[in-house]
Amino acid sequence: MSIEVRGVGKRYGDFIALDDINVSLPTGQLTALLGPSGGGKSTLLRIIAGLESTDGGSVEIEGVDATKLPPQKRNVGFVFQHYAVFKHMTVAKNVAFGLEIRKRPKAEVKAKVAELLELVHLSQFAHRLPSQLSGGQRQRLALARALAVEPSVLLLDEPFGALDAKVRKELRDWLRRLHDEVHVTTVFVTHDQEEALEVADEIVVINEGRIEQIGSPDELYDEPANDFVMGFLGAVTRLGPLRLRPHDIEVAVTPGVPGSSAGVVLRALRVGFEVRLTVDVEGQEEPVLVVLSRTHARALDLELGSRVWLSPTTGATAVPVLGVASA
Amino acid sequence: MADTRQIRARKGPVTYLLRAFVIAYLAVLVIWPLFEVAQQTFAPADVGDEGGVGAFWERLSDPSVTYAFNLTVTVAFWAVLINTLFGVGISLLLVRYQFPGRRILSVLVDLPMSVSPVVVGLALVLAYSTGKGWFGEALASVGFYVIGTTPGLIMATAFVSLPLVIREIVPVLEEIGADAEMAAHSLGANGWQTFRRITLPSIKWAVVYGVVLSMARSLGEFGAVKIVSPGAEFRGETATLLIQNRYTNYEEPTAYAAAFVLVLASVLALVVVSLIRKEDHS
Repeated sequence: MSIEVRGVGKRYGDFIALDDINVSLPTGQLTALLGPSGGGKSTLLRIIAGLESTDGGSVEIEGVDATKLPPQKRNVGFVFQHYAVFKHMTVAKNVAFGLEIRKRPKAEVKAKVAELLELVHLSQFAHRLPSQLSGGQRQRLALARALAVEPSVLLLDEPFGALDAKVRKELRDWLRRLHDEVHVTTVFVTHDQEEALEVADEIVVINEGRIEQIGSPDELYDEPANDFVMGFLGAVTRLGPLRLRPHDIEVAVTPGVPGSSAGVVLRALRVGFEVRLTVDVEGQEEPVLVVLSRTHARALDLELGSRVWLSPTTGATAVPVLGVASA
Repeated sequence: MADTRQIRARKGPVTYLLRAFVIAYLAVLVIWPLFEVAQQTFAPADVGDEGGVGAFWERLSDPSVTYAFNLTVTVAFWAVLINTLFGVGISLLLVRYQFPGRRILSVLVDLPMSVSPVVVGLALVLAYSTGKGWFGEALASVGFYVIGTTPGLIMATAFVSLPLVIREIVPVLEEIGADAEMAAHSLGANGWQTFRRITLPSIKWAVVYGVVLSMARSLGEFGAVKIVSPGAEFRGETATLLIQNRYTNYEEPTAYAAAFVLVLASVLALVVVSLIRKEDHS
């Protein structure tokens, strides 16, 4: 295990940011800490990095008890949401910083910087100042700078949070490829479930200072431990006694499927390739959301006021609605 | 910035009216009185005497005047040095650390700006004079006299100009945030390395700006210095005290000459500051 967190807690006055967190993160993996804003995931990451103190418990990095170590002794690389690049230094100087602090020979520093700038595709910008780079480039610079000291773990705090959607997506793919190349144990914090599902080997879902579930993206998506995890990983709707995903509902324009519920289409919204239907189902107060492809919807000839019969798709992920009498 | 330029580009009668008002106001309050000082500086002292640069120079090279300017420069130098070191330290403490009494300290730092310098001088005399203050007594017993000596003058001047450095640095520290410093820590830098390589370069211009301002303030300090200094010729008479003493002793030409030098120093400081501002914005 690369990182062992045992019984870690953190309070700010009355507010409990983290409550008795226990988690082990295996070596060489890319782990996502996923959860809503203010859920405590960034605090946990900062405690691992030593940028924040823990109220109790211990943090072990690569078998060494790091609980009382200052950040500069932990050998972790940390990447901040807002890059935290050194504005007065050139790109190359930024990357060289950690090595120069460690008093490595000049030739070695130069070679390492060149190698890293190549890795993050910033070689041609080596002599520019960070202010001349775009947001995505700055974040890649921050990553190269963190990797330069060959950290035992790489920690990223909402690394793509400040970037626009397109750059975000590019960097996400790039991070995954980079991790496959470098294999350094990486933990990143995100509130974007798509980002976590797409990039991470393992996801730790954190909410209100507690861990809700730990598992691979598939496990989390297919077997959510509870309502919260299911709702956080994607859209959820209710059909009869079940909670399930809107795209896991079969739509028929004729009755006949056993156990199907009859309803009327209230709204139809087309977004790109998909059509989102709001269906008023008989005997159920809250309307059902259904998502189907544009082609499918056209084939069924659906429009406002159409009568439809809904049933869960075979093999759909569904959890029973708790404490509510089924219709 | 584009917006303000657009507003400025629209020139109506109100704009011209405002301009005229501002110029008139400055003229009555600042420009005309200072012009008078300059004129008196180069005017002949008596009918038949010679005026101009020669006379001005002669008045300045009087030994008591040279002594006064030397003393002023020495005092200002040490006061600014002390303020810069303490100013940077206190600013870091105020912005980067949470501790009980932080807000009280922040208010206390501003106190020298709001308290009259005369009161500052009086307070120092009470605390450090060998007659009244117990602390002064203790210091005197080890041979260190504060009141009536150059260290006392430095102390009074440093006290008065302390906030100038801090008030320049604190907003800059707040604006740059702690992220870069934390990044430096996580890359293995210790406190001193982080300060020297990351923090100091970021607040460089704020420090220089603060130094220039407190230099200007220190050169011109009068009230606090007046109380703690013996204020006699060759004995603790700084440039400002010299001006007052000569003026009241009917040696006005010398007073004007010294005043003119102080004005020149202030103008120079302002020029330096505006150059820094330009550098800072580019």
